[in-house]
Amino acid sequence: MDHQATGEVLKNLLTVAWLLPLAGFVAEIYWLRWSNRLSKSSALCAVACIGIGFLCSASALVYWGCHTDWAVLKAEEHAEHHDAEAHDHHGEAAPAQAADATAAVDAAHEPGDAAGHPKQDEHKESHADARKAYSGTFYKLAQFGKLSLSLDWYIDSLTLMMFTMVTFIATCIHLFAIGYMKEELTEEYEDHQVHTSHGHFSRPGRFHRFFSYLSLFCFSMLGLVLAGNIFQVFIFWELVGISSYLLIGFYIERKSASNAANKAFIMNRVGDFGFLIGLMILWTWCGTFQFDNTEAGPGLFTMIRGTDGVMDVSEDGKQVFLQDAHGHRLENDGKPSTIGYLLLVAAGLGVFAGCIGKSAQFPLQTWLPDAMEGPTPVSALVHSATMVAAGVYLAARFYPVFVPEVLLVIAYIGCITLFVAATIALVATDIKRVLAYSTISQLGYMMLAIGVGGWGAGLFHLVTHAFFKSLMFLCSGSVIAGCHHVQEMPRMGGLRRKMPITAYTMLIGVIAISGLAIPVLNIGFSGFYSKDAIVASALAYSELNPVHILLFITPLVTAGITAFYMFRLWFLTFYGEPRDQHVYDHCDESPRVMTTPLIALSILAATCAWGWFLTSGAGEEGPLYRMIAFSETVPATEQVKSVGPAKIILPSHQGHHSDVHKVHGQAGLLALLAAFAGSTFAYVIYGARVINPNDIRRQFPQAYDFLVDKWRFDVLYDAMFVQPVHIVSAWCAGFDKKVLDVILHASASITLVVSKWDRLFDENMVDGLVNMVGSTTRSVGYSLKVVQTGRLRQYVMWIAVGVVVLFGLLFTSLPK
Amino acid sequence: MGEVGLEAYLFVGAVLFVCGVVCMATKRNGIGVLMGVELVLNGANVNFVAFSRYTPLGLDGQATALFVVVLAAAEAAVALAIALNYYNNHLTIDVDRGNELQG
Repeated sequence: MDHQATGEVLKNLLTVAWLLPLAGFVAEIYWLRWSNRLSKSSALCAVACIGIGFLCSASALVYWGCHTDWAVLKAEEHAEHHDAEAHDHHGEAAPAQAADATAAVDAAHEPGDAAGHPKQDEHKESHADARKAYSGTFYKLAQFGKLSLSLDWYIDSLTLMMFTMVTFIATCIHLFAIGYMKEELTEEYEDHQVHTSHGHFSRPGRFHRFFSYLSLFCFSMLGLVLAGNIFQVFIFWELVGISSYLLIGFYIERKSASNAANKAFIMNRVGDFGFLIGLMILWTWCGTFQFDNTEAGPGLFTMIRGTDGVMDVSEDGKQVFLQDAHGHRLENDGKPSTIGYLLLVAAGLGVFAGCIGKSAQFPLQTWLPDAMEGPTPVSALVHSATMVAAGVYLAARFYPVFVPEVLLVIAYIGCITLFVAATIALVATDIKRVLAYSTISQLGYMMLAIGVGGWGAGLFHLVTHAFFKSLMFLCSGSVIAGCHHVQEMPRMGGLRRKMPITAYTMLIGVIAISGLAIPVLNIGFSGFYSKDAIVASALAYSELNPVHILLFITPLVTAGITAFYMFRLWFLTFYGEPRDQHVYDHCDESPRVMTTPLIALSILAATCAWGWFLTSGAGEEGPLYRMIAFSETVPATEQVKSVGPAKIILPSHQGHHSDVHKVHGQAGLLALLAAFAGSTFAYVIYGARVINPNDIRRQFPQAYDFLVDKWRFDVLYDAMFVQPVHIVSAWCAGFDKKVLDVILHASASITLVVSKWDRLFDENMVDGLVNMVGSTTRSVGYSLKVVQTGRLRQYVMWIAVGVVVLFGLLFTSLPK
Repeated sequence: MGEVGLEAYLFVGAVLFVCGVVCMATKRNGIGVLMGVELVLNGANVNFVAFSRYTPLGLDGQATALFVVVLAAAEAAVALAIALNYYNNHLTIDVDRGNELQG
């Protein structure tokens, strides 16, 4: 009962946070009705909506914490306390140092492990209530036979964290955008990138419209996070897509912007096609879209994973038995309900295809860099909190439905993406494009983490990445605004003297994303902890599945590459001597409305993973990670073995004896080494300029061109999809011209000839007949008119003579 | 006093009729033409009265004759009005001058 009441309060708070941006959107769309183009009031309305949303989300988070006695922060500690007191002397924050020792102690503890687990389980029982998600229905949209479509809500700690994170970042970005978009506050905005025959294109400013789109974007994303069934997720998924379309194509008059918006939308459609197939499979075989159990029956998660997170697979591994809320098999007419294992793989891959599109994973990653055509605050929002986060969020939310084979695909997709994108970022020169590729790469990390069983690690990285990536995008926006829309890094340099706040907040972001830390103390910015967690999961996975060693090596190497290209960006932009004196001279620090969000975000980017005395340690022992990992639906406490043909073993990651923990120190050390190597290398080349980067470029011209061409993906897609379409179209055009047109022309000329004949017939025969009647009547009339003399006496004569003649005739012709 | 036969009436009616027709055909004066019309009508009236002797009631023809007399009076009124207008327009009542509408 208490559980339900808490859920109601949380639902109400989050609903307010969710619907306020929608109200803002509606109000701002019509803003010009009660305001003018030069007024900033629409922005204030948007900020107020999302800001109140943030307050609601944060208070919901606190409320939830209080009502669960902050079980989220204590749970693990207790368990570990009981089960591994021997670890205390290592200190909380030095796993890297103690890697070998930990491994040794773990080995010694192995016999006690079996005894440790029941305690852990027992503890979990006591917090089972807190762990349970809150769910319910807002409104039932429709009922088609068995298929019920409704607006549901599903709240667990992940939902709460996402809400708080999204609303906070969105508030910062809204504030920043007030400064960034001020050029739109005009009746006559001149777009210098659009050339018409009369010079530059100019149009009325669209300040209020920008903010209404931002509000719509936030509404869509929050709705996606709050959604309680997969169909509702799909609805908001598309809403996110359309709002990103509107925002990427904000400068719609620019050809590049409208192309980029189309590209983003179409690429996402490709993924959504898979998503729909997945939905159809799940609906056909499971008969529900619900995440959580309802009165009507068990939800998807319970059906597939049961109550204990274990799939009930038949002996031959071809069928998965569906389970009800009590862990029994669901039955239909006396026969157990099942779903084919391969179908489940197909459903998982289908839903993941949607995530690939939305999160810009290989092979649909090409839309994201083009999406840089939108205004920079949009890029920040798209890249951190909303659009791309949606894909990772869904992959995580739908984790229980993914079988190990699907997870393997997810891991490999993430692995390919993170490497490909990082290498492209090495050579990109547009400051926003470097960040775009780094986003793709970091999203690859998240997908990889989810794929290798590091559920919490992936989402941990999602949140930390959201903070530092939005920070860096806003910094780049500040640079672009300061330099009057110069985006090419080779034209910058030395800007740290002109815009110190931007430069040093950016540096915090760069350090965070690179994963640098103080080696012995293991204190670093947020990105260090989350990347650490991912690399550790990957290492544990590859140790258990040695075939997939690539899943560990690639992210490790890429960690170095990441540090390299991020520091390259910073050094090129802010360090050294100005390379373009004109740009440097006209560059200024941004106004306070833009720098304040930078400072707020940089504080969080630096510290959000720390312990803050709430818990004993930082990173995976910190409050943020625990909040997220708390709602893991399928906790890999023991080694959940694969049942399919692939025989994959997922590593466990809870407690000090888990597979992940054993390798954590080792992985952390390696990742840190890679990061240091990358950043040092960047300093040597771009900071100290010991080596000239142009020499390196000349050494490997082909590799350089290959990377500058973005691995030739666009060329490949052009050749694979665009060119065939062109060829087919050319064929069709030829067919049209050579065959259809000929037939049409022939029929047209035949009609023409027939018409000519018809005209002759009409003109001669029909007209002649009619004219003849007319002219005859006319001539008869003319000839009769002479009788009409007007002489009265003559008429009387005619009458008299006529009567006499008539009588004569009468008497002569009548028979006697 | 011997009985006058039907033929006598018919003869008088025919003479009246012929006189009327000849009057209409020869007179150029509009009033004269009207007079001719009266003669024609009254010629017909004589016939009606004469033939009414042979009907069962013996009054049908006489009633018709009265109608004709009334009609003739009305016709005379209309015709005289026309004649006045004609005079207004032509300053004469010579019917041969009224040939503006000839074909």
